[in-house]
Amino acid sequence: MRTDGCALVTGASRGIGAAIAKMLAAEGWPVGINFRTDEEGANSVVDEIEAAGGQALTVQGDVADPDAVDSVFAELEQRFGPVLVLVNNAGVRADDLSMQISDDEWEHVLATNLSGAFRMTRRALKGMMRARHGRVINISSVVGGVRGNPGQANYAASKAGLVGFTRTVAAEVARRNVTVNAVAPGLVETELTEGIDQQKFIDAVPARRAGTPQEIAAAVRFLASEDAAYITGITLTVDGGLTA
Amino acid sequence: MPAATQETVETTIVDAIAKLGPEPEQVTRDATFESLDIDSLDLVEVAQIVEEEFGVVLKGEDMEKLNTVGDAIDLVVARAS
Repeated sequence: MRTDGCALVTGASRGIGAAIAKMLAAEGWPVGINFRTDEEGANSVVDEIEAAGGQALTVQGDVADPDAVDSVFAELEQRFGPVLVLVNNAGVRADDLSMQISDDEWEHVLATNLSGAFRMTRRALKGMMRARHGRVINISSVVGGVRGNPGQANYAASKAGLVGFTRTVAAEVARRNVTVNAVAPGLVETELTEGIDQQKFIDAVPARRAGTPQEIAAAVRFLASEDAAYITGITLTVDGGLTA
Repeated sequence: MPAATQETVETTIVDAIAKLGPEPEQVTRDATFESLDIDSLDLVEVAQIVEEEFGVVLKGEDMEKLNTVGDAIDLVVARAS
Protein backbone atom coordinates (compact mmCIF):
# COMPACT_ATOMS: atom_id res chain seq x y z
CA MET A 1 0.00 0.00 0.00
CA ARG A 2 1.02 3.62 -0.36
CA THR A 3 2.34 5.58 2.58
CA ASP A 4 1.96 9.09 1.16
CA GLY A 5 -1.73 9.50 1.77
CA CYS A 6 -4.64 8.43 3.89
CA ALA A 7 -8.13 7.01 3.93
CA LEU A 8 -11.30 8.85 4.92
CA VAL A 9 -14.42 7.06 6.06
CA THR A 10 -17.57 9.12 6.51
CA GLY A 11 -19.96 8.16 9.28
CA ALA A 12 -17.22 6.13 10.94
CA SER A 13 -18.13 6.51 14.61
CA ARG A 14 -20.08 3.24 14.69
CA GLY A 15 -21.53 0.36 12.72
CA ILE A 16 -20.27 -0.44 9.25
CA GLY A 17 -18.22 2.77 9.03
CA ALA A 18 -16.31 1.98 12.22
CA ALA A 19 -15.60 -1.55 11.01
CA ILE A 20 -14.32 -0.22 7.67
CA ALA A 21 -12.09 2.36 9.36
CA LYS A 22 -10.53 -0.25 11.63
CA MET A 23 -9.91 -2.64 8.75
CA LEU A 24 -8.29 0.03 6.54
CA ALA A 25 -6.12 1.10 9.48
CA ALA A 26 -5.04 -2.52 9.92
CA GLU A 27 -3.99 -2.45 6.25
CA GLY A 28 -1.64 0.42 7.11
CA TRP A 29 -3.71 3.43 6.05
CA PRO A 30 -3.85 6.43 8.36
CA VAL A 31 -7.62 6.93 8.63
CA GLY A 32 -9.85 9.95 9.06
CA ILE A 33 -12.82 9.04 11.26
CA ASN A 34 -15.58 11.39 10.15
CA PHE A 35 -18.59 11.80 12.40
CA ARG A 36 -21.52 14.17 12.69
CA THR A 37 -22.61 14.01 16.33
CA ASP A 38 -21.19 10.89 17.97
CA GLU A 39 -17.84 12.24 19.11
CA GLU A 40 -17.54 9.63 21.84
CA GLY A 41 -17.96 6.82 19.31
CA ALA A 42 -15.47 8.39 16.93
CA ASN A 43 -12.92 8.80 19.73
CA SER A 44 -13.28 5.20 20.74
CA VAL A 45 -12.64 4.09 17.13
CA VAL A 46 -9.45 6.18 17.12
CA ASP A 47 -8.41 4.69 20.48
CA GLU A 48 -8.92 1.18 19.16
CA ILE A 49 -6.94 1.86 16.00
CA GLU A 50 -4.08 3.46 17.92
CA ALA A 51 -4.02 0.64 20.45
CA ALA A 52 -3.56 -1.74 17.52
CA GLY A 53 -0.60 0.32 16.28
CA GLY A 54 -2.44 2.28 13.59
CA GLN A 55 -3.00 5.98 12.97
CA ALA A 56 -6.35 7.77 13.01
CA LEU A 57 -7.86 11.19 13.50
CA THR A 58 -11.43 12.25 14.18
CA VAL A 59 -12.84 14.81 11.74
CA GLN A 60 -16.22 16.29 12.61
CA GLY A 61 -18.54 17.32 9.79
CA ASP A 62 -22.05 16.70 8.49
CA VAL A 63 -21.64 15.42 4.91
CA ALA A 64 -25.01 16.98 4.10
CA ASP A 65 -23.50 20.40 4.79
CA PRO A 66 -21.71 21.73 1.69
CA ASP A 67 -19.53 23.95 3.87
CA ALA A 68 -18.23 21.04 5.94
CA VAL A 69 -16.41 19.27 3.12
CA ASP A 70 -13.39 21.52 2.85
CA SER A 71 -12.69 21.63 6.56
CA VAL A 72 -12.87 17.84 6.83
CA PHE A 73 -10.34 17.44 4.01
CA ALA A 74 -8.08 20.29 5.13
CA GLU A 75 -7.75 18.89 8.63
CA LEU A 76 -6.96 15.42 7.36
CA GLU A 77 -4.62 16.45 4.55
CA GLN A 78 -2.58 18.56 6.93
CA ARG A 79 -1.94 15.59 9.20
CA PHE A 80 -1.78 12.64 6.80
CA GLY A 81 -1.46 13.96 3.22
CA PRO A 82 -3.96 13.51 0.39
CA VAL A 83 -7.00 11.31 0.75
CA LEU A 84 -6.33 8.35 -1.55
CA VAL A 85 -9.13 6.15 -0.26
CA LEU A 86 -12.57 7.67 0.27
CA VAL A 87 -15.38 5.58 1.68
CA ASN A 88 -18.75 7.32 1.44
CA ASN A 89 -20.52 5.46 4.19
CA ALA A 90 -22.47 8.15 6.08
CA GLY A 91 -26.13 7.38 5.71
CA VAL A 92 -29.48 8.08 7.29
CA ARG A 93 -32.96 6.77 6.80
CA ALA A 94 -36.41 8.26 7.40
CA ASP A 95 -38.80 5.46 6.51
CA ASP A 96 -42.42 5.77 5.54
CA LEU A 97 -44.64 4.80 2.66
CA SER A 98 -44.04 7.11 -0.30
CA MET A 99 -47.35 8.90 0.13
CA GLN A 100 -46.41 9.76 3.71
CA ILE A 101 -42.83 10.93 3.14
CA SER A 102 -42.51 14.66 3.83
CA ASP A 103 -40.35 16.98 1.76
CA ASP A 104 -37.96 17.25 4.68
CA GLU A 105 -37.65 13.49 5.04
CA TRP A 106 -36.99 13.18 1.32
CA GLU A 107 -34.44 16.00 1.18
CA HIS A 108 -32.60 15.00 4.33
CA VAL A 109 -32.01 11.44 3.15
CA LEU A 110 -30.95 12.49 -0.36
CA ALA A 111 -28.75 15.30 0.98
CA THR A 112 -26.80 12.97 3.25
CA ASN A 113 -26.70 9.70 1.32
CA LEU A 114 -26.33 11.00 -2.22
CA SER A 115 -25.36 14.70 -2.36
CA GLY A 116 -22.94 14.22 0.53
CA ALA A 117 -21.19 11.41 -1.33
CA PHE A 118 -21.02 13.54 -4.47
CA ARG A 119 -19.38 16.49 -2.72
CA MET A 120 -16.92 14.36 -0.81
CA THR A 121 -15.98 12.53 -4.02
CA ARG A 122 -15.61 15.74 -6.00
CA ARG A 123 -13.22 17.09 -3.39
CA ALA A 124 -11.27 13.84 -3.01
CA LEU A 125 -10.76 13.40 -6.75
CA LYS A 126 -8.57 16.51 -6.89
CA GLY A 127 -5.88 14.86 -4.81
CA MET A 128 -6.39 11.44 -6.38
CA MET A 129 -5.98 12.78 -9.91
CA ARG A 130 -2.74 14.49 -8.95
CA ALA A 131 -1.49 11.38 -7.19
CA ARG A 132 -2.52 9.20 -10.14
CA HIS A 133 -4.00 6.83 -7.63
CA GLY A 134 -7.26 6.63 -5.78
CA ARG A 135 -10.10 4.50 -4.53
CA VAL A 136 -13.64 5.73 -4.00
CA ILE A 137 -16.02 3.25 -2.43
CA ASN A 138 -19.66 4.19 -2.04
CA ILE A 139 -21.75 2.27 0.42
CA SER A 140 -25.01 1.67 -1.41
CA SER A 141 -27.56 -0.94 -0.34
CA VAL A 142 -29.45 -3.84 -1.83
CA VAL A 143 -32.42 -1.55 -1.12
CA GLY A 144 -32.39 0.70 -4.15
CA GLY A 145 -29.04 -0.52 -5.39
CA VAL A 146 -30.53 -3.85 -6.45
CA ARG A 147 -34.21 -4.09 -5.42
CA GLY A 148 -37.01 -2.14 -3.84
CA ASN A 149 -38.30 -2.18 -0.29
CA PRO A 150 -41.68 -0.74 0.68
CA GLY A 151 -41.35 2.17 3.11
CA GLN A 152 -37.91 3.27 1.93
CA ALA A 153 -38.49 5.23 -1.28
CA ASN A 154 -36.19 8.06 -0.23
CA TYR A 155 -33.48 5.72 1.02
CA ALA A 156 -33.79 3.50 -2.07
CA ALA A 157 -33.62 6.50 -4.40
CA SER A 158 -30.44 7.69 -2.70
CA LYS A 159 -28.82 4.26 -2.81
CA ALA A 160 -29.82 3.67 -6.45
CA GLY A 161 -28.47 7.13 -7.21
CA LEU A 162 -25.14 6.09 -5.74
CA VAL A 163 -24.94 3.17 -8.16
CA GLY A 164 -25.41 5.42 -11.21
CA PHE A 165 -23.03 7.96 -9.75
CA THR A 166 -20.44 5.23 -9.13
CA ARG A 167 -20.60 3.91 -12.70
CA THR A 168 -20.34 7.34 -14.26
CA VAL A 169 -17.47 8.71 -12.20
CA ALA A 170 -15.65 5.40 -12.65
CA ALA A 171 -15.71 5.85 -16.41
CA GLU A 172 -14.56 9.46 -16.11
CA VAL A 173 -11.44 8.87 -14.03
CA ALA A 174 -10.38 5.31 -14.88
CA ARG A 175 -7.39 6.44 -16.91
CA ARG A 176 -5.88 8.07 -13.83
CA ASN A 177 -5.69 4.82 -11.86
CA VAL A 178 -8.63 5.95 -9.79
CA THR A 179 -11.32 3.34 -9.27
CA VAL A 180 -14.86 4.04 -8.12
CA ASN A 181 -17.01 1.19 -6.87
CA ALA A 182 -20.01 0.57 -4.67
CA VAL A 183 -20.74 -2.02 -2.04
CA ALA A 184 -24.37 -3.00 -1.53
CA PRO A 185 -24.92 -4.56 1.89
CA GLY A 186 -28.00 -6.61 2.61
CA LEU A 187 -29.34 -6.89 6.14
CA VAL A 188 -26.52 -6.02 8.54
CA GLU A 189 -26.75 -5.79 12.31
CA THR A 190 -26.17 -2.11 13.14
CA GLU A 191 -28.01 0.70 14.88
CA LEU A 192 -29.35 1.79 11.49
CA THR A 193 -31.34 -1.43 11.18
CA GLU A 194 -32.64 -1.36 14.76
CA GLY A 195 -36.38 -1.37 14.89
CA ILE A 196 -36.68 -3.25 11.62
CA ASP A 197 -38.46 -6.59 11.86
CA GLN A 198 -35.24 -8.51 11.35
CA GLN A 199 -36.76 -11.99 11.50
CA LYS A 200 -38.91 -11.21 8.46
CA PHE A 201 -35.77 -10.35 6.51
CA ILE A 202 -33.64 -13.16 7.87
CA ASP A 203 -36.25 -15.64 6.62
CA ALA A 204 -35.68 -14.19 3.13
CA VAL A 205 -31.89 -14.46 3.34
CA PRO A 206 -30.58 -17.77 1.98
CA ALA A 207 -27.72 -17.60 4.50
CA ARG A 208 -30.39 -17.42 7.26
CA ARG A 209 -28.62 -14.72 9.23
CA ALA A 210 -27.83 -11.02 9.14
CA GLY A 211 -24.40 -9.93 8.00
CA THR A 212 -21.83 -8.35 10.27
CA PRO A 213 -20.20 -4.93 9.78
CA GLN A 214 -16.88 -6.77 9.41
CA GLU A 215 -18.22 -8.71 6.42
CA ILE A 216 -19.07 -5.45 4.66
CA ALA A 217 -15.72 -3.94 5.66
CA ALA A 218 -13.88 -6.89 4.13
CA ALA A 219 -15.44 -6.14 0.74
CA VAL A 220 -14.37 -2.50 1.08
CA ARG A 221 -10.85 -3.53 2.06
CA PHE A 222 -10.62 -5.60 -1.11
CA LEU A 223 -11.89 -2.81 -3.37
CA ALA A 224 -9.42 -0.41 -1.71
CA SER A 225 -6.50 -2.76 -2.31
CA GLU A 226 -4.00 -2.97 -5.15
CA ASP A 227 -5.52 -6.33 -6.06
CA ALA A 228 -8.71 -4.54 -7.17
CA ALA A 229 -6.93 -2.08 -9.49
CA TYR A 230 -8.81 -3.32 -12.58
CA ILE A 231 -12.24 -3.36 -10.95
CA THR A 232 -14.16 -0.13 -11.42
CA GLY A 233 -17.78 0.93 -11.75
CA ILE A 234 -19.21 -2.17 -10.12
CA THR A 235 -21.59 -2.68 -7.25
CA LEU A 236 -20.45 -5.55 -5.08
CA THR A 237 -23.41 -7.10 -3.31
CA VAL A 238 -22.73 -8.51 0.16
CA ASP A 239 -26.05 -9.90 1.26
CA GLY A 240 -25.94 -13.61 2.15
CA GLY A 241 -27.75 -14.39 -1.09
CA LEU A 242 -30.73 -12.07 -0.48
CA THR A 243 -30.72 -10.89 -4.08
CA ALA A 244 -29.40 -14.13 -5.58
CA MET B 1 -3.82 35.67 -5.00
CA PRO B 2 -1.42 36.95 -7.73
CA ALA B 3 -2.72 39.28 -10.46
CA ALA B 4 -3.68 37.41 -13.61
CA THR B 5 -1.37 39.03 -16.15
CA GLN B 6 -0.23 37.46 -19.43
CA GLU B 7 3.05 36.56 -17.73
CA THR B 8 1.70 35.04 -14.50
CA VAL B 9 -1.05 33.12 -16.29
CA GLU B 10 1.37 31.83 -18.92
CA THR B 11 3.83 30.64 -16.28
CA THR B 12 1.11 28.89 -14.29
CA ILE B 13 -0.52 27.21 -17.29
CA VAL B 14 2.74 26.16 -18.95
CA ASP B 15 4.02 24.72 -15.66
CA ALA B 16 0.75 22.89 -15.06
CA ILE B 17 0.73 21.39 -18.55
CA ALA B 18 4.40 20.43 -18.40
CA LYS B 19 3.71 18.44 -15.22
CA LEU B 20 1.17 16.36 -17.17
CA GLY B 21 3.70 14.82 -19.55
CA PRO B 22 4.99 17.07 -22.35
CA GLU B 23 8.54 18.44 -22.28
CA PRO B 24 8.47 22.09 -21.09
CA GLU B 25 9.97 23.36 -24.37
CA GLN B 26 7.10 21.78 -26.29
CA VAL B 27 4.54 23.82 -24.35
CA THR B 28 4.45 26.97 -26.48
CA ARG B 29 1.53 29.34 -27.08
CA ASP B 30 0.90 27.81 -30.50
CA ALA B 31 1.07 24.18 -29.40
CA THR B 32 -2.29 22.41 -29.64
CA PHE B 33 -3.51 20.29 -26.77
CA GLU B 34 -3.90 17.45 -29.24
CA SER B 35 -0.22 17.64 -30.23
CA LEU B 36 0.77 17.71 -26.55
CA ASP B 37 -1.46 14.70 -25.85
CA ILE B 38 -3.39 16.72 -23.28
CA ASP B 39 -6.90 15.29 -22.88
CA SER B 40 -10.10 16.60 -21.29
CA LEU B 41 -9.20 15.18 -17.91
CA ASP B 42 -5.79 16.88 -18.07
CA LEU B 43 -7.52 20.18 -18.82
CA VAL B 44 -9.70 19.74 -15.75
CA GLU B 45 -6.53 19.46 -13.68
CA VAL B 46 -5.14 22.60 -15.31
CA ALA B 47 -8.45 24.37 -14.66
CA GLN B 48 -8.28 23.48 -10.97
CA ILE B 49 -4.78 24.93 -10.68
CA VAL B 50 -5.93 28.08 -12.48
CA GLU B 51 -8.88 28.36 -10.09
CA GLU B 52 -6.63 27.98 -7.05
CA GLU B 53 -4.08 30.50 -8.36
CA PHE B 54 -6.31 33.17 -9.89
CA GLY B 55 -9.84 32.43 -8.74
CA VAL B 56 -11.00 31.99 -12.34
CA VAL B 57 -13.52 29.17 -12.74
CA LEU B 58 -13.44 27.31 -16.08
CA LYS B 59 -16.24 24.91 -16.92
CA GLY B 60 -16.19 22.00 -19.35
CA GLU B 61 -17.93 24.03 -22.05
CA ASP B 62 -15.22 26.70 -21.80
CA MET B 63 -12.49 24.16 -22.26
CA GLU B 64 -14.13 22.41 -25.20
CA LYS B 65 -13.45 25.53 -27.24
CA LEU B 66 -9.73 25.63 -26.47
CA ASN B 67 -7.33 24.35 -29.11
CA THR B 68 -3.97 25.80 -28.15
CA VAL B 69 -2.07 26.72 -25.01
CA GLY B 70 -2.40 30.37 -26.10
CA ASP B 71 -6.22 30.02 -26.22
CA ALA B 72 -6.21 28.90 -22.61
CA ILE B 73 -3.91 31.73 -21.47
CA ASP B 74 -6.01 34.35 -23.28
CA LEU B 75 -9.26 33.01 -21.85
CA VAL B 76 -7.99 33.08 -18.27
CA VAL B 77 -6.55 36.59 -18.65
CA ALA B 78 -9.83 37.81 -20.18
CA ARG B 79 -11.93 36.20 -17.46
CA ALA B 80 -9.77 37.59 -14.69
CA SER B 81 -9.97 41.19 -15.89
